[in-house]
Amino acid sequence: MAFTEKDVRYVADLAHLELTEDEVKKFLPQLASILQYVQKLNELDTSAIEPMAQVTYPGSQNAAFRADQPRRTFSQDEALANAPESGAGCFKVPRVIEREE
Amino acid sequence: MDFTTLTISQIHDLLKTRQATAVEIAQAHLERIEQKDKEVRAYLSLCPERALAQAKRVDEEIAAGKTLAPLAGVPVAVKDVILTRGTRTTCASRILENFVAPYDATAVERLEGAGAVILGKTNCDEFAMGSSTENSSFYPTHNPRDLTRVPGGSSGGSAAAVAANFATVALGSDTGGSIRQPSAFCDIVGMMGTYGRVSRYGLVAFASSLDHIGPFGRSVRDVALVLETIAGRDPLDSTCAALPVDEYVGALSGDVRGIRVGVPTEYLKGLNSEIGGNIQKGIDLFSKLGCEIVPISLPHTDHAIGCYYIICTAEASSNLARYDGVRYGFRSTQHEDLRDMYRKSRNLGFGAEVKRRIMLGTYVLSSGYYDAYYLKAQKVRTLITRDFVEAFDEVDVIVTPTSPIAPFKLGERVDDPLQMYLADIYTVTASLAGIPGISVPCGKTPSEPHLPVGMQILAKHFDEARLLRVADAFEKAGGFSIRAFPFIM
Repeated sequence: MAFTEKDVRYVADLAHLELTEDEVKKFLPQLASILQYVQKLNELDTSAIEPMAQVTYPGSQNAAFRADQPRRTFSQDEALANAPESGAGCFKVPRVIEREE
Repeated sequence: MDFTTLTISQIHDLLKTRQATAVEIAQAHLERIEQKDKEVRAYLSLCPERALAQAKRVDEEIAAGKTLAPLAGVPVAVKDVILTRGTRTTCASRILENFVAPYDATAVERLEGAGAVILGKTNCDEFAMGSSTENSSFYPTHNPRDLTRVPGGSSGGSAAAVAANFATVALGSDTGGSIRQPSAFCDIVGMMGTYGRVSRYGLVAFASSLDHIGPFGRSVRDVALVLETIAGRDPLDSTCAALPVDEYVGALSGDVRGIRVGVPTEYLKGLNSEIGGNIQKGIDLFSKLGCEIVPISLPHTDHAIGCYYIICTAEASSNLARYDGVRYGFRSTQHEDLRDMYRKSRNLGFGAEVKRRIMLGTYVLSSGYYDAYYLKAQKVRTLITRDFVEAFDEVDVIVTPTSPIAPFKLGERVDDPLQMYLADIYTVTASLAGIPGISVPCGKTPSEPHLPVGMQILAKHFDEARLLRVADAFEKAGGFSIRAFPFIM
């Protein structure tokens, strides 16, 4: 499976990145060589191996749940403090629904 | 007296005997940073008001006759991927250039709770992606041992700050070696605990199944004390282990007789003689200390880099999807619609390495490739972890070089990402297995220009106390303390 310029553009589109022509040219050989390198994993027979999604340790007690109690959280002002654009207590974004005139 | 070269216990001696105040110690550091950081560029921002206010609180407690908190008056640098309330936290990225954190990371809160004085935020590779700190969107950091060379990465600013006496200790993050490798490059001590040992609440996520927060210091003892302070259950991080935290400083007995030290044959194969020679001397030192040296095999080592870079990029592509110019971070002003705004904001906000990793991660998770890459890598991760579990049936700790290369010149390796990735070979394996690891100084390369070499020591899950005991004994026996290598600045 050769990794092509078309793949670079397709992946950039999936990742919501708008690459310049120069970036496409630069990334293509770099990504292709990395993907070529990781093919190495196919040397290993993993048909009988379980995938490992995260580290687990024998006998571990994870604090997966905390007490279900209300606690102080951010005020509206704090939550909006880093917003590039806000108004009326909301995050503002460009219009997503066209209005019929 | 120079207050910037001290260890934590030396600081406490001065505070207890009233030979110095916490404010004086903080000011001495801020002055040194002011004078010297122009050459190193370890910090991205400073928070002198916060530092001096905290130092003043410590001095007031001393004046009131209270016992010193474990880190009272200790100046700390914090990597800029860890949130500090009210100060900028940029992840060394344009996309977060003006982001002001609304809360403190748990690790930061615990440090301050123990009396530590946070001086500022340190430079790193953008979103902790890199091994040289050259991927910072703002400027590269220079290695204080040789200003023409990189400090390593991604936590290069934190390592450089500690090496240059711009802080006594520092916090960094380690996903595939980002604390251990810069420690080796800057000739200091740096540690990653077991996955889940330290809360990551307030650490900006890169690869969630691999990310850790951990300490840097100029001695194993200082590192042990910081780790002891920040480790332990946190209701705000569900991946943080509920196991009790051992006494780390109390474990530093100096006695390592009978400890079985594993040396993985795969790690020394093909290692250049400059680094290999020092590592062999380090292994001989363990032997002299009464340890038993046991050759072991970690057969899947050769597949670790491929496995790591698939998993970490996959997780990064998912974690970094949140930067869209809506709730925080950079927003492009030139856009046609919402989708166009996401794309332009992301493209202008992220640097090259971050884009490369997002692209790789998106590709390996995409329809048709998921099984071939991501699922395959998760299975190989099982094999790599199994290698360690089996090895730890035979040995107590495993020693390896921290990095196969010595600190390189700035700009020397930036054009070949794959070569940069391959140099992470000795650190990514422990990250994948979730075991703790520390890097301690192991002398300098024999030929000019005599660059620092780091010895990595690994232990089984939650065996930090033993790991630190071994590292401390090694440091003392080797005379590898910072004073043996005069600071060049």
